[in-house]
This record gives sequence, C-alpha cells and structure tokens, in this order.
Amino acid sequence: MDCQECHERTATLHFTKVVNGNKTEIHVCEHCAKEKGYVSYDEEAYSLHDLLSGLFNFSSPSVKQNSFVHTQGKTCEKCGMSYSDFTRIGKFGCAECYHTFEDHLNPIFRRVHSGNTTHHGKIPKRIGVDINLKKTLTGYKEKLQQLIEGEEFEEAAKVRDKIKSLEKDLSRNGGDD
Amino acid sequence: MSLQQFMNDAISPWMKEDGPDSDIVMSSRIRLARNFDNIPFPILAKNEDLLKILEFIKSKYHHQTFKTYQDLEFVTMSELKPIEKRVLVEKHLISPHLAEKSQLGAVLISKSEQVSVMVNEEDHIRIQLYFPGFQLEKALDQAFAFDDWLEEEINYAFDEKRGYLTSCPTNVGTGLRASVMMHLPALALTQKLNRMIPAINQLGLVVRGIYGEGSEALGNIFQVSNQVTLGRAEKDTVDDLQSVVEKLIEQERNARELLLEQSPLQLEDRIFRSYGVLEHSRIIESKETAKCLSDVRLGIDVGFIKNISKSILNELMVLTQPGFLQQYAKEGLSPEERDKLRASLIRERLNLENG
Ligand SMILES: [Zn+2]
Ligand SMILES: [Zn+2]
Repeated sequence: MDCQECHERTATLHFTKVVNGNKTEIHVCEHCAKEKGYVSYDEEAYSLHDLLSGLFNFSSPSVKQNSFVHTQGKTCEKCGMSYSDFTRIGKFGCAECYHTFEDHLNPIFRRVHSGNTTHHGKIPKRIGVDINLKKTLTGYKEKLQQLIEGEEFEEAAKVRDKIKSLEKDLSRNGGDD
Repeated sequence: MSLQQFMNDAISPWMKEDGPDSDIVMSSRIRLARNFDNIPFPILAKNEDLLKILEFIKSKYHHQTFKTYQDLEFVTMSELKPIEKRVLVEKHLISPHLAEKSQLGAVLISKSEQVSVMVNEEDHIRIQLYFPGFQLEKALDQAFAFDDWLEEEINYAFDEKRGYLTSCPTNVGTGLRASVMMHLPALALTQKLNRMIPAINQLGLVVRGIYGEGSEALGNIFQVSNQVTLGRAEKDTVDDLQSVVEKLIEQERNARELLLEQSPLQLEDRIFRSYGVLEHSRIIESKETAKCLSDVRLGIDVGFIKNISKSILNELMVLTQPGFLQQYAKEGLSPEERDKLRASLIRERLNLENG
C-alpha cells in the first residue's frame, strides 16, 4: 500500500485516528508520519510502534479465545470505548477503561513493562493519604495475625490498638470527601 | 533583527548555562504524564470538557510562579501561527502532536523555558523539565515538587494498583519519561555505540537519534530514555538511566582518547575540513550541517579548535532547523532558499566568535 501523504513510499505505519468520535484510517510511511506529526519525534515513536504493533497479538491461543468470547460486547460506560477499539487504537479512552478492560490488561502490561503489572512509585499527596494508611493497615493486620499465632498476646493487643486508631483516621478522611 | 538578538530569543535561557559533564551531555529531561480524574482522556473527551480544562489551567496557573519557575505563560495552540508552533516544537517545548493534532491544546511555559506543561495532548497534562548537562536527579526532584504543586488544585486519575492512569498503556504507572541528550561522536565514529545498544535495551532503556529520520542520528546526538513506567519506582528508573549514561560518558571519553592516540592527524583533518565547510559554504543542507557541527564541537572538546565557544553545537543545531530559519527570514522559504540562508546564518554566527 502506498503512503497516503507522499504516494512515493510504502506505508509502514497503519492506525486509526479518533477525533470527537469520528474514526479515520491512516496509512503513511515513516518519513511522512514524522513530517506530518502523526508520531512525535521527541517521544518513543519508532520503538513504540514496534512495541504496539505486537502488543495485542497474544501468542497464547487460550488467551486469544478468552478475550474473544468475553469482550465482544464489552464497552466502557464512561467514554464509550469498546474493547476492539482499544486493541486497534492502542489507547485508553478514560480512567474507567482500566477497570472495564481489567481482565485483559495484565498480559499487555507485562509485555510493555518488562513483566510488571503493579504500580511502584509516587502516590498523589492528597488522595494518597488514604492509600498510604491502607497500606500500613494491611501491614499491621498481617503482623497481628502472626503475633496471635505465636501467642504473643501482649504485643498483639498493642498492634490491635494501632489498627483501631488507623481505622478511625480512615473513616474520618472518607467523611470529609 | 540582528542575529545576536534573534539567537537570544531562539535559545532557551536554561540552555545558556553550563551543566555537569556538558562536554558530552547536552541536557537532561524529566516528563510526567498526568490526567484529570473523571474527565475522559483527550482522545475521547468532548470539546466542552477540554475547554473546561483549558479554562481551569489558565485561571489557576497563568502568570503564576513556582519556586524558580517564574511567570508561567499560558498559550493556546489556536492563538499561534503555524510557524510559531513549529518554533516551539523545534525548541522541544511542545510536541508535534500538540502543535498539529490537538485543536484544544495549550501549553504553560516558564520564563526560563525550563518548565513546560502541555495541556490536552495525548494526556490532559504533561509536565516537562529541562536541565543543562547531566542533572537527572535534580530534574526528578524538581519535577516531583512541581507535580505536587499542580496536585494541590487537581484531582489526578490514579489507581492503587496501576498508578497514574494515562491514555497510552506504555505510560501508565509513573507516567515518567526520563531522558538525556548526548553528543557521542567518537562512539558513533568507531561503531562502538551500535554494539552497546542491545545491552542498554535489556535494561528497559532506549537509545535513539533525536534529529534526523528513523535510526539515523544527525549530529551524533542521541537520546537515552526509559521505556518501563509500571512496577519500577521513579528513583530506580532514574538510577538505571544515570548509571548507563555514566558508562556512556566514560566510553565516549575513552574512544576520544583512543582516536587521538591512534589517528590524531586524520581526526584533526576531519575536524578542520568540517570547520572549513561551515566557514565557507554558501549552500548547506541540514544533514551536512549536523555532521560538521558535531566535528567542530569534538574539535573544541579535544582542543584542536580554541577560539570558538562550546555552545555552538547546541545553538546551531536548534537555529538551523527549518522553522527557525523561516522565522529568521520572516517569510516562507523553499528548500533551496533554506539551504542558502542556513549557510549564511552559520557564517554569520562564526563571525560573532571572531568579533
Ligand atoms: Zn510518505
Ligand atoms: Zn473509558
């Protein structure tokens, strides 16, 4: 297929552009993709394209079948993105898409992020307060369990008090919202 | 307008300072991708939502100052002429995507042009901070502080499990792209860089030319950046990049010494030929310009050329791009006219050194 911009080179980049819900098919060569700004050259354009083109071709047949069966009709309620749109465009439409397509994301993330699926790093300060409290709380609960199993009841009582006060903090933060 | 004056406007103030290891590292950049909670990403958002974001950012941050980042200027894409957008792209203050595809896009730029915040690009918010030379850790600290400052007013889309939510799956998690722009003429000349790239890729880092097309790196200028944003904390990502860049600096310095030892005359010849081309040509393409500038900069670094300031590579790589030439000429230019103006601008710039 010829590049739709220069009609000189072979189109090597194929994608769908969505502007306000209207989809347009784009077929361009690498040169024009950069020249016309379809891909940005300060970003990960070329390697990213390679990555994305292979992103949704699941190698395992079982995954492929599952995703086909479950996702035919799955569409994000918030933004209207369907799973097939998502696999074609390679972009999420909104934050809720992450929940809508949750069942399919781990293999994709593993592939793009060297096997990782869970965030590790900065947490927003304001909404992060609760998240940090919850993390501490989970830690305390595990510790409590261990202490009880080890029959260290005096220590366990101290930890239980800490849990109670944390839970109070959490519900108070929730009430402010 | 005089060339001096044009250059003053064209070269970002932060670029005029010398950073650590600036003989090899031109600049360090941190980018953070963020989105508003409860508003679809720009790809699917309604115009009224995107307009709301523009208004919000303008009302909260226009003319504001955060720390040393003074007087943030809010500019919408719709109020800029194509050539003005092109110049911002060539200064790396906005992306081509924002310039051409984001009808309701905008940017906040600090007076020093060290911080730019793209609004309604692929994500609602993309914070970028630049530092001269090799200063990744400082850049990350400052980016975090700036991010916290924005977050005082903005509810970010964030998920406990997936981190900062972004439109592209490749940015989710930290939303971080840390990158370093490096001048690696000796590693490129001796073909050593190609042999190092697979090992660098294994660490989840990418090396690419940022001027020029595809895999070609004009002016031997390479960008090294991280690819992984999920499951790896920002600090660790920056540490990885930091250690790879340190390795590259060391290898580049070794390769330069080796060249000087083994073929000093050939190297000197190459450098002065390029110097001659820049000083005397009447028509010059961007590709040849980049090659010659790289040679001359190397000549300055290894001591063959003594009367030219080091900033010449950074300056002229920026200034001789099509958008800047057009702005200098104040009119549309054919490619032939561009090559002519490029040659005369370079000659004039070199004359400033002698004056
Ligand atoms: Zn083309
Ligand atoms: Zn959605």
